[in-house]
Formats: sequence, C-alpha cells, structure tokens
Amino acid sequence: MKLGVYTAGPALLGLIVAFLLTVAMLFTAGWTRPPVHATQNGYRGTGMNQITTPEAERLLKLANTLPDPIPAASAAGKRATEVYTNVKVLTDLSQDQFDRVMLGLGAWIAPDDPSNPGCAYCHDVNNMADDSLYTKKVSRRMLEMNRHINKDWTAHVGTTGVTCYTCHRGQPVPKNVWFNNPGAPRALGVAATNDGMGHPNKVNGSTAMSIDPLSATLEGKEPIRVVATQALPAGYGASIQATEQTYSLMIHLSDSLGVNCTFCHNSRAFSQWVESTPQRVTAWQGIQMARDLNNAYLDPLKATFPAKRLGPEGDSPKVDCATCHQGVSKPLYGVSLAKDFPELGGTAAP
Amino acid sequence: MSYYQNIFTQVQVRGETPEMGVPVPNMERKGAGYLHILGYFGNAQVGPIYLGNLGVISLLFGFIAFEIIGLNMWASVHWSPIQFIRQLFWLALEPPKPEYGLKIFPPLNEGGWWLIAGFFLTTSIILWWARMYRRARALGVGTHASWAFASAIWLYLVLGFIRPLLMGHWSEAVPFGIFPHLDWTAAFSIRYGNLFYNPFHMLSITFLYGSTLLFAMHGATILAVSRFGGEREVEQILDRGTASERAALFWRWTMGFNATMESIHRWAWWFAVLCPLTGGIGILLTGTVVDNWYLWGVHHHIAPAYPHVFPLIVDPAATPGASQ
Repeated sequence: MKLGVYTAGPALLGLIVAFLLTVAMLFTAGWTRPPVHATQNGYRGTGMNQITTPEAERLLKLANTLPDPIPAASAAGKRATEVYTNVKVLTDLSQDQFDRVMLGLGAWIAPDDPSNPGCAYCHDVNNMADDSLYTKKVSRRMLEMNRHINKDWTAHVGTTGVTCYTCHRGQPVPKNVWFNNPGAPRALGVAATNDGMGHPNKVNGSTAMSIDPLSATLEGKEPIRVVATQALPAGYGASIQATEQTYSLMIHLSDSLGVNCTFCHNSRAFSQWVESTPQRVTAWQGIQMARDLNNAYLDPLKATFPAKRLGPEGDSPKVDCATCHQGVSKPLYGVSLAKDFPELGGTAAP
Repeated sequence: MSYYQNIFTQVQVRGETPEMGVPVPNMERKGAGYLHILGYFGNAQVGPIYLGNLGVISLLFGFIAFEIIGLNMWASVHWSPIQFIRQLFWLALEPPKPEYGLKIFPPLNEGGWWLIAGFFLTTSIILWWARMYRRARALGVGTHASWAFASAIWLYLVLGFIRPLLMGHWSEAVPFGIFPHLDWTAAFSIRYGNLFYNPFHMLSITFLYGSTLLFAMHGATILAVSRFGGEREVEQILDRGTASERAALFWRWTMGFNATMESIHRWAWWFAVLCPLTGGIGILLTGTVVDNWYLWGVHHHIAPAYPHVFPLIVDPAATPGASQ
C-alpha cells in the first residue's frame, strides 16, 4: 500500500487549489486586515461588542478633520440689518457676527479655490443684496435649519450642536445626501416588480432587501416598529416586507454611524427597550429629526433647486444619518463646533 | 500494489458490460455506460436511468418553474446579461404584497408569477417524491429515502404554503432567490421576536448538528476500518468480520457504547428526518400560535435576565408629547 504518484496527485491538486483560494480571499472585498479590536459595551456573554481595526480608525480620523477656527466676533456694535440690506434670517446678529457667519459659509461650503467660486457661489459680487442665485435662497433656509436643530433638537444633538461644517465639510453639496430611488431600469409589463427588493446597494448594505427604505421612513412616516409587542398573536401584525424595510433602514443607521447593531440593541431582543442601550433613545430622536428636516426644510426646497440638483424623481436632496455622522457615532468625534458659534444658535448663544 | 485509497478511488473496477441490476418484471433497461471522472467519486457506471412518466412530468414542471423564476430575475435587470450574472445571488422573485392576502390571481407583476412558479415547483417536487416511492417499491426495497425526502417537503410546504394559508397572506411566504430567501430568514426571526427561543427551532438545530456529528462519526468509523474491508458494511450486517468488531470496540473503548451496523443508520436517518420535521413545526407555530418568541421565552422562564449595565431607558414614543 505505497503512496504512489497517482494517489498523491489529486490530493496535491486539492491542496494547491485550497492555497490559491485562500490567497485570493485575503486580497478581495470583505477581507479585514487584522488586528481587529473589539470593545465590550454590554453585559458579558451578550456579545454587545463594537468592532474596529486600527486602519479603519486611521482613515475615519483623516476623513473627520476639523476646520480652522474662525476668531470670535462681538455681539455688540452695529446690527447687521443696519449695515446690510436684504438681511432676512440673521437679523439678530451684529455686523461682526454676520461677517463671521459669512466667513464660515465660505470656508465650510464654498471655499475660494479653483473648484469653487467662494462668495460668488451664492452672491452677485457686484450687488451682494441680490437674491437671483438659487444658492443664496437655499443658504438662508439652511441657516434657519441649522438654528432649528440647535434650538429644538437638543434631544438628538445635545449640547454639541451642529454647524454647516457638520454636513458640508468644505463641499457645496454634502457628501451624503439621498434621493428617492426608483431603482435601475427593469423590464416593465408583466415582469415582477419585487417591490424594490433583490438588488444590492449601499443603503441596504449589499443585501437583497429594500433598496430605498429612506423614502418611506425618513421622509414618509411609515412605522419602523415591526416586532410583535406581545407573546401571543393579536391579529395580523407587521409584514415580512415591512420588516425587511426596517432591517434595511437599520443597516443604513449602522453603516452611517460605523457601529454594530449592538451599539443600541441587545440582538437577542431587538425591540425591547429595557434590553437596549441609552444610545437607542438618541437614535430614535435622530430618526424623528431627519423626518422633520426632510419634510420642513429639504422637500419644500425642490422648487428652489435647479434640475441638476434634484433626484431622478424630481425630489430634493435629503438628509439621512450619514449626512452628519459620516461613519462616526458622534459626528466629528463629538467635537462641538457649535459652542464656538453662537451665531448659529449653539448652546453658548445669548 | 495500490488498490483502494481514500479521497479519490484510484482503481476503477468495471465489468465487460455495465451492470444492469437485479431483474424486475416489466422493466426494460438500456442506456448504461462508464464515465471515468465519476469513478473518482463513486461508481464509474452511469445508468440505466429510469425516467418514466412521473420523472418526465416532474422535470418538465421543474423546468417551467426554473424558467419563470430565472426570466423574472433577468427582467428585473432589464435583460442585461452582465447585471444578471453580477447580481444573480441577489435577484428575487417575491411573493404577493400583504394587501393581496390569499388572492389566487394577483397581478402577474405583483406576485402572480411567484404563485405560478410555486405551483409548478411544488408539483414537480411532489411528482419526484412519488417517483422515488414507486422506484423503491418496484425494486422491492424499503421506502426510507422517499419518507426522508417527505420530511424536507414538509418544511418546504410549511414555509411556502401551509403557514401562509394559516396567516391569510401569501406575503408571509419565502421569496425565490439566493440572498432574498436568506434575508427573509433573518427578517422572519426578527419579526417574530427571535426564533432562538422557539423550542422546535432548538430541536431542529439539535438534529441538524446531531446529523453532522453522527455522519462524521460514522464516516470516520467506516473509513478507519476500510483496511479490513469495513466499507463493505452491508455484507457485514450478515457476516461480521474483524472490521466491524474493531469499529464497535473502538466506540465502546472511547464512549462505552456502540451503535450496531444496522442501528447507526437508524440513528442517522432519524436525526436527518427530524431536523426538517421539527423545524417545520417551529415555523408553523410562528405567527399563528406565538407572535414573539422572546416574550414567550420570558413568560416560560427560558430566557435568562442579564444584569443592567446601562442606565435603564424607556421607550421615548411612550413619553408624553412624543411625536410617535
């Protein structure tokens, strides 16, 4: 019974194939280079760990650098409304404060560089009071939105608050906005519609679930809660399709915040508040906030935006969790820019 | 001399003419040959294949279901061959939406195709079952294989037919598609409060893992004694040689007890059969008898309570003045 060449052949071939597959796996998508750091944030044994890698952390920190500070301005002195004409939103500021906000807008949204026109992005520089550019009208509404968030949504943003930079990061259009997604072209007629399921994308985390959970939940107000609230049935509850929509939305939350499900939930009982972490309350408020902002501020702007800024269904660019969070559970790692910007209704505001 | 080795069979013994099997009345046999490659994995002989009416109709119905599913998937990427390949594992054929209830003829594009594909696939599977049963009877052997298959069909029918009927909605059924049906599974468990607290799910997992354990033990035992001719186990039920003695003693040494050459197959058969059987019961009870398995588990003291390491929170929607 000697191990001849014929016997070793297939075994050797198998080994080579296994080796090559392993090597191929190491350098393709889905591969995470060790070390992987796990931080326990729940009771032992519940698996409520947050997982990251040093490389992912490094890249996130790079992507969340802070803007250069802008020196504080005095609230005293001449009022902006006395100096400038056609001031409609920042009517409560001094001239210095008003100028400081304009400096901020320039630095955070339309920096004066070869790719951006600076002040001219919103203003006719020969007549700063002119309202003919759509960007100026949008900016006004965005300033109102910023103040609204800092004043009325402390349940979500706390005392940290937000500034234009939280979302914009030096770009006229924030990196993470969304539009209603009718999906890629498909055959019409009798071919199955599948209700927008069966196609991987970023929002659904490359699953086969709903490609656009945001329209229904962050703009529309379809219920997000799908799990039965009692042990025994009491009528027909949420459908599997609604469950997959919520699941898809939760994947978006998780992806936007760079956290696992267990940041907020104990995965053994997702729906139970007593099993959840305090972050879940903050996230719930965030969902309410996104609904409010999309309905009260972003949606109505579709009449103001030019066609090139609108989505495939003619809708406004809208906010979701990624718009501010950009991969971090506390935007900009929790650094409060708003506290140095009372002009935007931050907590230090008079 | 090398004769029988593991991993792949090296020496292929074959007759002058293919073995046509024991005589059975009224059965013509033809069309058998050899395929060397198959000999690496099993018997090199292919055929004789018996198709018969049941087999032909079953394959035809199965093909129709396959085409309905595949063409709908292809249509969902606008007939793009590249996207069809790229998204193949994600593409779906979803059941009717909840608002259609148990309507037998919802619009084709809103689940109608799913119902038609389901009808053809189910018919195909049941015809194939009947064919297995009849072939076993024709050969004069037991019908164990067909009853094991029936167990899998039970789970399939519960998932796609019986439970949706009881729930009053086709939308409760499983979509066709690789990832779609896996996503359905995850969503199903979450919707009904975590299937891990479902006792029949526990039983099903026990039999699933038990099956793999038994198969590993049995496969290992027979391969280990194959140098004593142990792989000829069927003969050894009648004429136990030293291979069987050694195999039995090995297990008595290591765990004090051994299955017999016959009973090990009963163990394996029952474990395999009970996996989908108990699983099917667990699915059938979900949503119909129990709506949230976690809360059911808490009620029956099978879900442990963990100490709170976070400040206790309450549902913000339940606080006065909350928007929802």
